[in-house]
Amino acid sequence: MPLLDVRDLSVVFQRKGTRPVRAVDGVSFTVEPGQTVGLVGESGCGKSVTSLAIMGLLPRRGNKVTGEVRFDETDLLKLRPQDLRDWRGRDIGMIFQDPLSSLNPVIPLGLQVAEVLERHQGRTRKAALKQARDLLDAVGIPDPDRRLDEFPHQLSGGMRQRALIAIALACKPRLLIADEPTTALDVTIQAQILTLLKELVDDSGTALVMITHDLGVVAGLCDTVNVLYAGKVVERAYRHQLFAEPRHPYTHGLLQSVPRLDVDRGERLHQIRGSVSDNIPWSEGCAFAPRCDRVIDDCIGETVPLEPTFRGGALRCTNPVPQEVPA
Amino acid sequence: MTRALSDVKRRRIDELIAHTSDAGGVSLLRDAGRRLVRNPTAIVGAAIIVLFLIIAIFAPLVAPHDPVQRFPELTQNLTVDTIPGAQAGHPLGSDPLGRDFASRMIYGARQTLFVGVLATLIGLLAGVLLGAVAGAVGGWVDAVVMRLTDVMLALPSLLLAITLVALARESSQWTVIVAVAIVNVPIFARLLRGSMLAQRESDHVLAARALGVKQRHIVSRHMLPNSLTAVIVQATLTFAVAILDAAALSFLGLGDPDINRAEWGLMLGVDGVRYFEVRPELAYYPALAIILVALGFTLLGESIREALDPKNRR
Repeated sequence: MPLLDVRDLSVVFQRKGTRPVRAVDGVSFTVEPGQTVGLVGESGCGKSVTSLAIMGLLPRRGNKVTGEVRFDETDLLKLRPQDLRDWRGRDIGMIFQDPLSSLNPVIPLGLQVAEVLERHQGRTRKAALKQARDLLDAVGIPDPDRRLDEFPHQLSGGMRQRALIAIALACKPRLLIADEPTTALDVTIQAQILTLLKELVDDSGTALVMITHDLGVVAGLCDTVNVLYAGKVVERAYRHQLFAEPRHPYTHGLLQSVPRLDVDRGERLHQIRGSVSDNIPWSEGCAFAPRCDRVIDDCIGETVPLEPTFRGGALRCTNPVPQEVPA
Repeated sequence: MTRALSDVKRRRIDELIAHTSDAGGVSLLRDAGRRLVRNPTAIVGAAIIVLFLIIAIFAPLVAPHDPVQRFPELTQNLTVDTIPGAQAGHPLGSDPLGRDFASRMIYGARQTLFVGVLATLIGLLAGVLLGAVAGAVGGWVDAVVMRLTDVMLALPSLLLAITLVALARESSQWTVIVAVAIVNVPIFARLLRGSMLAQRESDHVLAARALGVKQRHIVSRHMLPNSLTAVIVQATLTFAVAILDAAALSFLGLGDPDINRAEWGLMLGVDGVRYFEVRPELAYYPALAIILVALGFTLLGESIREALDPKNRR
């Protein structure tokens, strides 16, 4: 039984007098307990909106969220806001992109960690602060006693992200959603943070939903990867499968676009033509068709269905990249 | 091949690291206080305010005479065209009724600080309350509060104050204070609501919501403390305006009916203006006093804002 079961999740941005925008268009995926699942796609494909919708953090006005988000058999979308609040932070933690702006600038770090413990575990301020110290220690912040009294701007970027991880994992949630946790960090720190995340998640058995545009992150961390395009899942596969044999031309293009060390210097880096705004509605065919190298007549006309492949994988393409025949 | 680091050097490195990183975390308030004391601007501002506070509190000891008593040596030289100037026993001369001007100035510090501080505080509290509710709740509550402030801001502040005082059955010092306070409410409310809205969209509020923090804690711990700095600065400016507004009301005959009461605004607005050609000092001294006090509050307020801003911490 999956821990998180997202079924047919759609988010429509609707403002008076404007055309409704389908940011997330019937996304389904599951996360098993302890599993790490990646949501990958370029900017504007609906990754972050999906995570905010799961957490019930989208503004109520102007958004329509439909579908089901089953967490441990409970549909989070049907919970009253005040009840959902009890789940957030306790059962589901979340880490955001920018560690500086995600911390309150006028509250010392210790209190920010303690806040979530007081809220969900009914700790006293004193006990919570003591535990906060241990949490900071556990995420590798040096000299945690001193850091408790410091403010976010006094910490380095890496330490801030470590602190956010400590806060998110304080109540030992069963699921952690990380929305591009390494985007705002430099490369050396990125690796440290990813290693730390992996260790903590493995140790505590927490399931992880990793939202990223960085295929390197996916390669090192995720068990299963969902590739999103224009609000729909276009390909789902096990990590090794995806990297070894991408079937969807979009996934293929993404992998080709990653700079590699084993390619000759003079060679131009591969790119996917156009931008994410050059798409057609899914109801008229494949949204990726205008940018696709393998586009054929069948791509235009009607919605391309998501067909299961093997071992839980899935593919939404009429003319997929052919599988290499083993020689 | 390089030689391995010796234990002595390794220990030296540890020492150096320990030495450079023992800056230590101190509480926000203590740190703010420390920086405040080191800031010359703050010292000047605080010195001015303390000076006037001492004068106000110890007015009976500082003043040479009773502020309401009329002195024969002053009244006998008093005509429509002459008001006695400085003389022995009366360092600043007489006011238009033959009372000791210096004593009235000193007692005036009491009245003026009282009216200014109280009017500002009441306006601040009410404004912060309204602004916080509007900014935190949003929706129709926000709309109602903001349209109300629009209406209040559309009227010239003095006109509004006059209307409010006129509505009161009988005028006293308190009607003036309350009227001036109410005039300032929309300014504070609007200011706070604006920064609350900005805070509501901020990442750290989203992060707090993602942790399941209760709405009232999000408002009180995450949104309000980050929104207050603008209000603190505004309060110091409002203080000076409040004194002048109160003076204007007195000038229009809507203030305190007690003619014996010494207040700088009243002295400047009534006697100072009426007898400006006879003895301009009657206007100069109260005006100078008001400017000095306002300057003191502004300097201190600005330094407090700087000191409280955690981004300025080192």
